[in-house]
Amino acid sequence: MIKTINLTKTFGDNMVLKNITTTINRGEVVAVIGPSGSGKSTFLRSLNLLESPSNGFIWIDDKEITNPKINKSEIRKHIGMVFQHFHLFPHMTVLENVMYAPIKVKNQSKAQAEESAQELLAKVGLMDKINAYPNRLSGGQKQRVAIARALAMKPEIMLFDEPTSALDPEMVKEVLDVMRDLAKTGITMIVVTHEMNFAKEVADRILFMDDGRLMEEGRPEAFFSKPTTKRAEEFLSKVL
Amino acid sequence: MNLDFSQIVPSIPFILEGIGATLKFVSVSIIFGLVLGTVLALCKISKRKWLKWPADVYTSIFRGTPLILQLMIIHYAVPQLFLYDIPVFLSAVLAFGLNSAAYVSEIIRAGIMAVDKGQVEAAEALGVSYRPMMVNIILPQALKNILPALMNEFITLTKESALVSTIGYMDLMRRAEIVGAQLYRNFEPLLVAGIIYWVMIFILTNIGSWVERRMRQSD
Repeated sequence: MIKTINLTKTFGDNMVLKNITTTINRGEVVAVIGPSGSGKSTFLRSLNLLESPSNGFIWIDDKEITNPKINKSEIRKHIGMVFQHFHLFPHMTVLENVMYAPIKVKNQSKAQAEESAQELLAKVGLMDKINAYPNRLSGGQKQRVAIARALAMKPEIMLFDEPTSALDPEMVKEVLDVMRDLAKTGITMIVVTHEMNFAKEVADRILFMDDGRLMEEGRPEAFFSKPTTKRAEEFLSKVL
Repeated sequence: MNLDFSQIVPSIPFILEGIGATLKFVSVSIIFGLVLGTVLALCKISKRKWLKWPADVYTSIFRGTPLILQLMIIHYAVPQLFLYDIPVFLSAVLAFGLNSAAYVSEIIRAGIMAVDKGQVEAAEALGVSYRPMMVNIILPQALKNILPALMNEFITLTKESALVSTIGYMDLMRRAEIVGAQLYRNFEPLLVAGIIYWVMIFILTNIGSWVERRMRQSD
């Protein structure tokens, strides 16, 4: 369970997150939507402390991760993250990318890491690319490797930061399909996305953000058919 | 034209022995400079002021004064203070290594800063701690980009190594000078030394190109 209490983040004079208070339950799939610059990514990046909150608290299960004494690496071991621009390690092959963290962070043996890496790469449909370097892959393939790389750490929570925004349109589906399968496994997923159909269909709950505030949250059917705030209504009329 | 190589032929083995002497201290200096330069570069990009500041001062001093002055200070001035008769090899390695570290640190710093910030985030998000992140992810990528600049530094160092002849280290240059003085003929031994330097740099350059090609495998 993830709980944020009055989560606030400022960059200089600019307050990008304003008192976000919400709870995300174990196994829940949450889509975070809203206009550009509304603080969605910052919110997501706060959850694994890539951004350190200026104020407020984040609890993950019974740990307060905003405690300054917390070991960030330890927290991040349990939280996978997928970025808009993939950030695969370019000097490693696909297989090495997926094996790296389990070996270095979890001290898995090479054989063990390789076995689970192959399993994951098979799951995302990239067995034929395991020895390729990232720059030989298409965007969709890169993003699937990135998902496999994050999953290799066996995280309890997966964060997706606009995972399809940098992709050519014809590659969006292959990535969303992988995410759809993943959502069925019962892992906790938080997805910042502009893919409204994906949000509608896969998410258990929608968080709508605007101007650093969490404006509205609710079940997708309710949110998409009858948003309660004016701002959400305006936003939906533009994107749907 | 008064040019006669036959006279220096018996001295050529003596000059050639200088290759080993030069290579020995150059390679130790390069490694020393590379290790210290990397540490300095990491200090410079650190957010901690007390790490960054000394590294900047260090670079300023070693880049801001002549190498021959540093060599002289280490070899002649330091013994005056500590009454320690420093061997020429140690002086040479210290002067060249410390000096090279200042330049190398700037090259590596530039290389690290050119690596996409997303790489750090991706590593951090996986729970990778600072050390393995630097060693396995950031530095290899930085190294690939700065290899040509590093090769330049190594080539400069190899050639400038001739400066150690001034403190009596029996390197290639010093030996050529000795032979010249013995025979009262300077052109021939210096020409031989020059050719040997050129060949050494030629080989070094080729090793560099080979390493660069290998590192570009992932492109």
